[in-house]
Amino acid sequence: MLKFTPEHEWLKLEGDVATVGITAHAAEQLGDLVFVELPEVGAELTKDGNAATVESVKAASDVYCPLDGEVTEVNQAIVDDPSIVNSDPQGAGWFFKLKLKNPSDADELLDEAAYKDLIG
Amino acid sequence: MDQAPALKQTPLHALHLSLGARMVPFAGYDMPVQFPLGVMKEHLHTRAAAGLFDVSHMGQVVVRAESGSYADAALALEKLVPVDILGLKTGRQRYGFFTAENGGILDDLMITNRGDHLLVVVNAACKDQDVAHMRTNLAGCGVTLLDDRALLALQGPQAETVLASLWAGASGMKFMDVHDAAILGVDCIVSRSGYSGEDGFEISVPAVKAEELAKALLAHPDCEAIGLGARDSLRLEAGLCLYGNDIDTTTSPIEAALDWAIQKVRRPGGERAGGYPGATRIEDDLAQGPIRRRVGLKPEGKAPVRAHAVLYAEGSPESPIGEVTSGTFGPTVEGPVAMGYVPAPFAEPGTRVFAEVRGKYLPLTVTTLPFITTTYKR
Repeated sequence: MLKFTPEHEWLKLEGDVATVGITAHAAEQLGDLVFVELPEVGAELTKDGNAATVESVKAASDVYCPLDGEVTEVNQAIVDDPSIVNSDPQGAGWFFKLKLKNPSDADELLDEAAYKDLIG
Repeated sequence: MDQAPALKQTPLHALHLSLGARMVPFAGYDMPVQFPLGVMKEHLHTRAAAGLFDVSHMGQVVVRAESGSYADAALALEKLVPVDILGLKTGRQRYGFFTAENGGILDDLMITNRGDHLLVVVNAACKDQDVAHMRTNLAGCGVTLLDDRALLALQGPQAETVLASLWAGASGMKFMDVHDAAILGVDCIVSRSGYSGEDGFEISVPAVKAEELAKALLAHPDCEAIGLGARDSLRLEAGLCLYGNDIDTTTSPIEAALDWAIQKVRRPGGERAGGYPGATRIEDDLAQGPIRRRVGLKPEGKAPVRAHAVLYAEGSPESPIGEVTSGTFGPTVEGPVAMGYVPAPFAEPGTRVFAEVRGKYLPLTVTTLPFITTTYKR
């Protein structure tokens, strides 16, 4: 199941684990990324808390945590080569995996149609 | 695309929109920050071939003495700018700055000897203030803002080839030369200068012909439209100051490492020493060395360290020593680049300092500027 946030993150839900990244729209708006900082594996993150930082030539932007949970895996490939986030934001450019505290909270997030409406 | 109604537009505004630019407010103008190519590729293209920038928001100002004499206009402007303007030859350009009474910098500018008058180019954000400053203080001179002209910058190793396809005279010019040029049948003023660290030209063109000229330059296969995003990363790699970031009314030109712009004739012992606002402070800085200095800063890691990051000495996270004034990722350097102010004892290249970024202390090495090898056509 694919869910979205108004802050332009996507979540792919498999059981109580969510793979999290930024949307194609967000990647396009940010432009060429040159730096990615990811959370530590094992970090306990809270919904809307700061989870990661991405930087383009122009500016730094925060990536927020979409739900409460614990980071179980991070994508080192995008740290080594941030351009993967631009070329494949909703695939190889994933950021981290989150073991959700309350998987049912995901129901409140946007579905793909609602997110598409939001970005127009 | 919604436009804030208060923003001004340059003569190339419609062209930017038609090229798919992303527009942002800058110094009161609606300006292209990037084109569909993107900041990274725009930057690299400018260093590899040629980039065309709209800098029409900048102020082009004619200063003409009522006597009709260049020397009278030059001597008047020397009362505001600590630069040898009288000694500037016809058809030559020079960098300078308006100083404040405290020795700070009110704006930086390019100054050209146009034979019987001066042409100066000032920053967009400061142009109204600069014009007022000159009207008040340049006795016996007329000061005219040329708001019916656009300014295009063509930068990069292929800039000469691109411009020469429209005007053969381009090839005969050297760095800081300024020539009259008939391009597409219209009278332009071309300087061989810029703000990218590359060889290149700035072309002053009547506003009504600006779009036609821009399109003709962009029709060359080596030339791409470049936005303000890449303009900033290019100038930072080239070690060039951005007024408002790296220099302002709180920085003396000597602290800013702009000593080279003050010629001997305007320094103590020179024929026309002093006589400009803040001369005492600036002469003190020259004689004793400034207490702080603008330096290049190379972050050792991959994270960009941006403007306003606070700098610390190694092992002293409690007492700040300075601040980053510009910082970004340098596409040509393929890593982060920055500049900022450190106390004189830390200004030696190779010195390690630390910047606080998101709660972490990141190491940076003080380095000479520029970060790239410039290719000016001297």
